[in-house]
Amino acid sequence: MLRIDALRAIYERLERCVVVTIMGAVSAELQSIGHRPGFFYLQHAMGLASSMGLGIALSRPELRVVVLDGDGSLLMNLGGLTTLARYRPPNLTHVVFDNESLLSVGGFPTATATGSDLAAIARAAGVPRAATVGTIGEFVAAFGAALAADQLTTLVAKVEAKGPPVFLTDLSMLENRFQFARHLRGLKG
Amino acid sequence: MPVSVAHSRLIYDALRACDVRLISALPETWLVHLIRMADDDPEVTLVRLAKEEEGVGISAGAHFAGVKSAMLMQNHGFLQSVNGIVSLAQLYRIPLLMLISYRGEFGERDPWQTEGGGVTEAVLGALRIPYQRLDDPAHVAQRIHKAQTLAESALRPVALLLCRDLMWEEAS
Repeated sequence: MLRIDALRAIYERLERCVVVTIMGAVSAELQSIGHRPGFFYLQHAMGLASSMGLGIALSRPELRVVVLDGDGSLLMNLGGLTTLARYRPPNLTHVVFDNESLLSVGGFPTATATGSDLAAIARAAGVPRAATVGTIGEFVAAFGAALAADQLTTLVAKVEAKGPPVFLTDLSMLENRFQFARHLRGLKG
Repeated sequence: MPVSVAHSRLIYDALRACDVRLISALPETWLVHLIRMADDDPEVTLVRLAKEEEGVGISAGAHFAGVKSAMLMQNHGFLQSVNGIVSLAQLYRIPLLMLISYRGEFGERDPWQTEGGGVTEAVLGALRIPYQRLDDPAHVAQRIHKAQTLAESALRPVALLLCRDLMWEEAS
């Protein structure tokens, strides 16, 4: 599965969600499909996208929050999974694109390449719903089920270690930040 | 445990007067009463962390969601959070109100706290984070209010150092 195909497959559903992504390929690919004011791209601070999603989900229970995480980022904040599980906001869906590598910095393998299982770690941390999927069809079905379940879900999507040639887009970080905050202020449940 | 309940209450009430509605925390001795007060307060969401840096992400999310937050941590937790502070809060102009228990100053008996005590203010300075000490109950409410005001207007992290003279009541 290519990550961009997975993103395209759920793009329409993301319109009704508040979305926080990690940096690099995820951010660039989602923007290449089409930026929306409810999308925030955390271009640094690896590991903290899931914590940001938790902060939004706890503060605004009426919003549907989706975090688009990655294996390298999540491995930097495994403790954060226990915090997600502890508060388990039902309005938070945590997608992890697992390409088993640090793609944007040379493609060196992460620990998921040698067997670390992020869905199993999430489950053991106490996340009520966790699964790993390997095809677009499975991903779309599992993502839809996660939104419908109204329960904290960590969904690990195994994707190929391929990304766009460049990660820089024409959306400045601060423009994104202020637009996102303004958009959230205007959102009702 | 001679941590001052009365002064913890002063600090807590000052945070609530600033409309802080989400508090992230990682326990340490000087913070126990503050954390219990947050836990007992139905108007406040207490988020217990595994590691302090998570609190930067959570506060950023709360800010975007329109909720004022504060972070309770030890100075070693602040040192642990530096990358999040720089590459999320400062990069993205996020207000953070950090209440940092200042271990390792004069009077510290625990040898393991002393190195962190020696570098805390230098690191705050290097990060250009405005900070003040809370060491006298008379100025607690005003300094917390002013710190929160600056964080919101500058859209940057600010810090208050919870000092021994305020937090700890020595048996005499």
